[in-house]
Order: sequence, then structure tokens, then C-alpha cells
Amino acid sequence: MEQKCWNGFNPGPWQTKINVRDFIQRNFTEYKGGPGFLAGATARTNALMEKVRELFALERKKGGVLDVDVNTVSSLKNYAPGYVDKENELIVGLQTDAPLKRGVNPFGGIRMARQACEAYGYKLSDKVEQEFMYRTTHNDGVFRAYTDEMRLARKSHVITGLPDAYGRGRIIGDYRRVALYGVDRLMAEKKKDKAALASGVFDTDTVRLDEELFQQITFLGYLKDMAAMYGHDISRPAENAREAIQWTYFAYLGAIKEQNGAAMSLGRVSTFFDIYIQRDMDRGILTEEGAQELIDDFVIKLRLARHLRTPEYNELFGGDPMWITEAVGGMSRDGRTLVTKSSYRMLNTLYTLGSSPEPNLTVLWAQGLPTEFKRFCAKVSEDTDSIQYENDDLMRPLHGDDYAIACCVSAMEVGKQMQFFGARCNLAKLLLIALNGGYDVESGIHIGPQDSVMAVDTLDFDSVMERFGTYMGWLAHLYVNTMNVIHYMHDKYAYEKTQMALHDTDVTRFMAFGIAGLSVVADSLSAIKYAAVHPKLNEAGFICGFDTEGTFPKYGNDDDRVDFIATDLAHSFITELRKTPAYRNAIHTLSVLTITSNVTYGKNTGATPDGRAAGAPFAPGANPMHNREENGALASLNSVAKLCYEDCRDGISNTFSITPEALGQDSETRCANLVAILDGYFAKKAHHINVNVLSRETLLKAYREPELYPNLTIRVSGYAVNFAKLSREQQREVISRTFHESV
Amino acid sequence: MTRGRINSFQSLGTVDGPGVRFVVFLQGCDLRCGCCHNPDTWDLSGGKEFSPEEVLDRILRCRSYFGEKGGVTLSGGEPLCQPEFCGELFRLCRREGINTCLDTSGYPLTAPVEAVLELTDRVLLDVKYSSESACREYVGCSLKRATDFLTRLSAKNIPTTLRRVIIPTLNDTKEDTLWLKELALGSKNVDGIELLPFRKICKAKYDNLGLEFPFEHLPTPPAEKMAELKALLSPEF
Repeated sequence: MEQKCWNGFNPGPWQTKINVRDFIQRNFTEYKGGPGFLAGATARTNALMEKVRELFALERKKGGVLDVDVNTVSSLKNYAPGYVDKENELIVGLQTDAPLKRGVNPFGGIRMARQACEAYGYKLSDKVEQEFMYRTTHNDGVFRAYTDEMRLARKSHVITGLPDAYGRGRIIGDYRRVALYGVDRLMAEKKKDKAALASGVFDTDTVRLDEELFQQITFLGYLKDMAAMYGHDISRPAENAREAIQWTYFAYLGAIKEQNGAAMSLGRVSTFFDIYIQRDMDRGILTEEGAQELIDDFVIKLRLARHLRTPEYNELFGGDPMWITEAVGGMSRDGRTLVTKSSYRMLNTLYTLGSSPEPNLTVLWAQGLPTEFKRFCAKVSEDTDSIQYENDDLMRPLHGDDYAIACCVSAMEVGKQMQFFGARCNLAKLLLIALNGGYDVESGIHIGPQDSVMAVDTLDFDSVMERFGTYMGWLAHLYVNTMNVIHYMHDKYAYEKTQMALHDTDVTRFMAFGIAGLSVVADSLSAIKYAAVHPKLNEAGFICGFDTEGTFPKYGNDDDRVDFIATDLAHSFITELRKTPAYRNAIHTLSVLTITSNVTYGKNTGATPDGRAAGAPFAPGANPMHNREENGALASLNSVAKLCYEDCRDGISNTFSITPEALGQDSETRCANLVAILDGYFAKKAHHINVNVLSRETLLKAYREPELYPNLTIRVSGYAVNFAKLSREQQREVISRTFHESV
Repeated sequence: MTRGRINSFQSLGTVDGPGVRFVVFLQGCDLRCGCCHNPDTWDLSGGKEFSPEEVLDRILRCRSYFGEKGGVTLSGGEPLCQPEFCGELFRLCRREGINTCLDTSGYPLTAPVEAVLELTDRVLLDVKYSSESACREYVGCSLKRATDFLTRLSAKNIPTTLRRVIIPTLNDTKEDTLWLKELALGSKNVDGIELLPFRKICKAKYDNLGLEFPFEHLPTPPAEKMAELKALLSPEF
């Protein structure tokens, strides 16, 4: 069977061992030309997409959720097959038995599932309630083990968004393996791995792995059954492009039926698909139109993916995202570009199907990418505001040439590395807690080492740094311990069976920590150092605000005096984190990324020495604070580029909004300039950038009349959203961000 | 040691010269155009003082963004009010291989100004009006200042873009634009003409300075008008 399915492929080690990278390297066709070959949407695609648009409109009309199946617990085989338009779909498979109908997934926590149903006017069925009454969820497990201090850290919001009541996500199964090898072969390999354990010592790690392998093998079986319900036999490898895309999609579908992880990213499939598409074209059984149709249908399915979330969750992760991140482009280790015609076809879906936040299309930018491709990407950014860019030249040396991006900015080698997601801590709040000697004014909670309030007339930089360092050390230790509890329990009660079955058994694990409020703290410390900051006390004698006299350098102006405060902060924090070992020997990593939680974090944080008012939003990710840039966009980019990727291996997110006029007078100039900006930014070893080319006026219009702009897509923080799906508060914050305008 | 008085920096300039440019807005201008966008640059003693090396350091930090076409642009104000500083900065830029562009309304051709031109890769020359009388009335100098400057640029064969802000009722006739086109066609070094719509977003700057915005009463030109005038420039420009 393998012989038949692999006919025409260049042979290699990939045939005897699971190794998708080797298959790609030996078989892909570089493409250095322009977009001229692309086909538009066919009548079939347009008709199907029209049905989907109607469904989206209905979903919006119903307040964001079209329907919920409250009686069935989501898993691979629990729903009858669902279709949008059975006769006209090229790629099939839905999460439940109907499009946009959401399943319930209580494995992370039953309370969250219950609340999510109620938030949209549904009630979780007694059947499901009964079923989970005698079942331990991930959430149950975590709260059994949490210490008092961990609870306080959560309650005071110094650490927020922890995946202790929902699926952790951020794991990318190598979904391509199902297409290349078929499920039977993958099961056989896993059985071999399981059998091999027998010769070793059965310590805790081995027993756990042994049970996990049992679960992986079981779920690979379920995956076959699920596909069989749709009439496909995925026990064998895919024979053609349509099957390769279908098989890969089934694998992804299995994962999102099983898990409602925060980010359920796709990986790096375009160039893999291209090999099959090219083979079919060479055989004369596929046209360009046909190829685009297959990619279009696949993307339509991805755009229909949904999870049921609570409104509180949406505060942190606004816009109902799933982070179906697909990494496009990049370079191969041997210097060839991994850009293929299907890289174009994937980006072309933003035209054939219209702009959209999902899938989260992420271009792996390298100086060596073909010029034509760079220009095309810039054009797509200009037209759709739907793609983000990450520095392949920075990540490739660390992750090789077959890594992908989980969520927004987290790089991992597909099928070989995974991460334990850890949300983020609020550094700005930590600074205030430190100044108040272990008291959080906003929540009224005493937390951390107890010390005196720094109730001096003028804050002294060295004393503040010493104090802050102590608190960073305390929080880092607590943060690692908290994450260890969470991920121990997630492995125990909500293990990702399908996704981990699509990883090597011997996998590298990262533990991804995060910080919010970096620019606020950098500017605050700069104010303390270069201006005079006088704390203001409340009646109880705690610092509740500041009078800041004089000027001080602000992050975002390419001023080393403050930019290095920011880089030092990131370095100090990861150094502190590394002091406490992580669960399963995970490698500590750090991100500077906020999703949309910069609004919530700000809300829970008092006034800061940089002049930010109590409750005011933080800047997103690693961005400079809104409207503090005085020297234009490149100076701002330069400040962010100074943050060191070595310290922030989980990613440094920067969101860049520029008006069309400021980018150039005509489209061709704008694209050329955007390419120059991206080349320049990444040459400075920057990690990530979201690009929006639009004006504040457009957003204001969409804010006032959201119904007129249902498809307005905007990049916010490592992902894109439909502007209309953000909360009013989040919309206001996005509008208040810096737009680089022409002078 | 020549130091320059500088109003501000725009690290991402895309409208003042080709490609991505680092724009330095110098302080000082002896003209008083009613349409002036940067009244805060008029005062030669305003702004902040920088050495050419300090400015070069800022430029170099943005060098990786310049691509093939970009570079540095000196604007203002009238940058040639500080010719020694411009010359020194351009000399440093040239040494680094950075493309130099000068955004000027033309200036008397003194020796220091000539020295700047020696180091200039492109000039954006603002020729504000087509008649001597309009120029006298709304700029406060002779039209010859700009045309003589252009003659010199032509003699030195420095690539030049002519620019003009289109102000309704003052310089928005067909004849005005055709005169500009003739001027360009007569100078072999001119390879482009940019017509820019008069805008009033600088009003706040005037308010802040307690100054009257002389052209506040004038309308901004409609897009159709701009398109119509731009059409007159083709096919040559």
C-alpha cells in the first residue's frame, strides 16, 4: 500500500522512520516567481463560501454562538458526521454534527463548561453533569494541590490567565504524519515504543509514559473510526493531494474534538501539501483551479472551527480565537527557500475567501526569501491586515527548518517539541506590590515577602531595583511551582492523546512563562531613575499613586537608557525562573505577549510611576506604551528589537499599525516600503511583528457601526480578530493605540 | 565644531524622497509661506542642538530599513539655513554609503550651500507658485530663488523632484501646473513632479504657538481637482 501511495516521491530515510521533514526536504519544489499563476475562487467555492457567510451572520445575530450541543461531551466519535453542503464539499469533517454548533468539553473543568453554556442561554444537560459528578477534571486536580499562596497570586491578579480551568493548548500535533504514513503505521510505531519501555526501570516517569502511549494508541484508533464515519479509510497513507489535505484535516479535527485548548495551532502544512499537489499536476489529474479549490475548502473548514468559552475567557483572549496558526515560507537549512506555490495558495485564500482572522497565517520571514514572495506578502498585508511575520533567521538556528508557531509567537519543532503553556504574570503590579512591601492595594491582599512601604519623598532607583529584584525572585519561584501543579494535573486528567500521538514519543518540552506590562515597568523605572517620582500615600499608609516631576526617556524611542532597562528586566526574570526546576524537565522559556489581556491587566493595576493612570490599559505585548513614541515608527521598532530572543524564547510580540499614507503614496511604493521595513526590523534580530495598514478613522467607523464592518480584520497581539467580535472596551483600546501617521 | 538646531526626527519617512527614509527636520526658515506645515520650525534658535555625529548615530540605527532606495532626508524648516551642519552631516552619511536627500524651497547659492549640493544625491525642490507676484505675496521672496536654484541643480546634474502644495484659488489653475511642467521639462535633471494637496491638520501647531494660520480660510482641494492637475503632468511625469 505504501508503495502505491508513495509512488513518484523521492525515497529516503523518511520511509523507514517517521520523519516528515526528511520527506519534505527530498520532495518539495522551490518557487521563486510571483503570484501570476494563482487561480481565483471557482463557482463551487463561492457558493459554498456564501453558505458559510450566512452561517457567520446568523452566529453574530445570535450573540456570538450559533448553537450548543449540551448533551454530548466532545470527543472524536461522539457526533454523527456534519456537513455544510455535503454534495459540494471537497474536504469534509466538522467538530459536531452541524456547522458552528459547539460541543461541550468539561475535561478542563466542569464549572467552566457550565458557565459557558449559561452565558449563551443554554444549560448543560443533566446527563453530562451526572457523568462528570464522579469524574476528576483538570480543574479539580489543580485546586486540590494549589497552595494558599498560589490562590492569592491568582486572586490578586499578579498571575492571570493560567490554564487551570481550561485546556492548556499550545501543542501542535504533526497532523501531516497521518497523510504521509496512514494511521496504521503510526500505531505500529507507537506500539514499538511502548514495548521498548519494558526493558527499563518502571519509575514514575516511565509508568506515566507507558500509560500515555496506551492512550495515544487508543486515540489513533478513534481517529480512524472518526474518518470512517465520513467514509474515508485513513489507516493507509494518502494517495493524492485531496486525500493528503483531507487526512491532515482529519488529524487536526480529531485534536480539536478532543481538546479545547486555548490555542490549537495547525503547524506548517502548505509546503507539505504542495508536494502532493505538484505530483497530481505532473500526473495531469489536477489543475491550478483544482488545487486552489482544495486549499480553499480546507481553509473554509478551519474558519468554521469553534470552541465554547466563557465571557471571562474572552476578556483575556478576545475575538473568539482558536489560533489555528499556519506557518508559511521560511528557509531550508541548505539555503533553499521553503516557499512553494502552495505558500501562495494558502495566502491567496485571503482573496478567494475574503480576509479573516483564522487560520492565523504567519509568514516566516527570512532575508533570503524570494523578492517576489516578500512583495506578495506585503501586498496581502496592505489589502487584508490578516497576516503576521516572524523571524525565520532567528528561529531556524534554534528549531531547525521544520518548526511551526503555536498560538502567536511560540516556536516549536513540529512533532518533536511541545510546550506547557503558562499565561503570564503582571510585572507592573509586581512593582507596586514591591513598593508597598508585599501589599496589593487593588485587591487588598497581603502577598509575597512582607517588608516596609517605600514611603519616601522621592524614590531612589537603586533601592527600588533591589526591592523589585527580591520580589521578582519570589514571584518567579511561585510561578514555576504553580505551573508545575497545573501541568502535572493537565497530563493526569486532560492529557492530549491525539496530539501527542502525533509527536515523537521522546519529546522535548518547554515551559512557557510570560510577562505583561514590560513597557509600563521600563518607563516607570526610567522615571524613577531620570525624573523625580514622589509616592502618594493613602490613609492606610500604602502607596496609591505618584507625582512624577521632570522628563525621562521612554521605551519606544530607540533610547538605550530606557530600552536596556526593558531588556534587563526580561533577562532578570527568565534568570529567576530558571532557578526553580520545571515539571518533566521542561526548558523554561519566556514570552512578552498579552493577547488582549493588556486591557484586563491594566484594569487590575494601580497608577504607575510612568504616569499611567490606575486602571488604564497596558500596551499590548512588547509594544511601547500608546503614543509615547516621539521619533516615528522605526525608532519604536528598534526599541522592541533590542529585547533579546535568547531571553524570550517563547516570543516577543509587537503590533504595528500604520496608515496607508504614512507607508507610501501608492500601493506599489507601500509594498516596497513594507518589505524594506520588515527586512530592516528582522535584520536587527527582532522576533515578531503584526502589521496593520489602516487608519484610526476606519476603526472609529467600525466602532460606531459594527454591523457594517463584520469582516474587518485587524491584527492585535500575535493573532488577528474580527474587530466586531472584540468587547467595546477592547475596541476602544485598539483605537487608542499608536498609529504611525505621516507628518 | 558645527552643531545643528533640530526640531524633530521622523525615523520612518516614506513621503520625502524615495524608499524608507530617516527624516531630520531642521530648525529655522526665512520664508513665511501661508501654507506652512511646520511653523514650529521657523525660529532658528528653537529646537534642540545636536552634533552631526549624534544625528548620524540615530540614522545608522535605522540603516537596515533603508533597502536599495532609502536613506536620509534633511527637511525643516529650510535645512539650508544651516548649511555647514547639513554639509557635515551629508559628508558623514556619504562616508557610510547612505543616500542623501535635501528637501528645500531653494536658497541663495553661497559657498556653504554649494558644498552641501556637492554631497547631495537628490533634491526635493518646492516651487510654490508659478508667478513672481504670487510668490512675492504668499512666500515673501522672488520666484527666482527657486528657479535659480534649479538652474544650479541642473548644471550639477543632481536628480531632482519638483514639489508643490496645491492651494485652491492661489495656484490651482491648469496654467499654474503647466508652467511647472514646462519648468521641469526644461531641466534635464528633473525626473518627477509631486503635487500635494493643501491640508490643514497643522492648525493645532499654529494654535499652540499662538500664531494665526494665514490660510485657515482656504478649502482643501477636492480629490478630483488633484487628479485633474496630476493628469496634466503625464505622460512625461
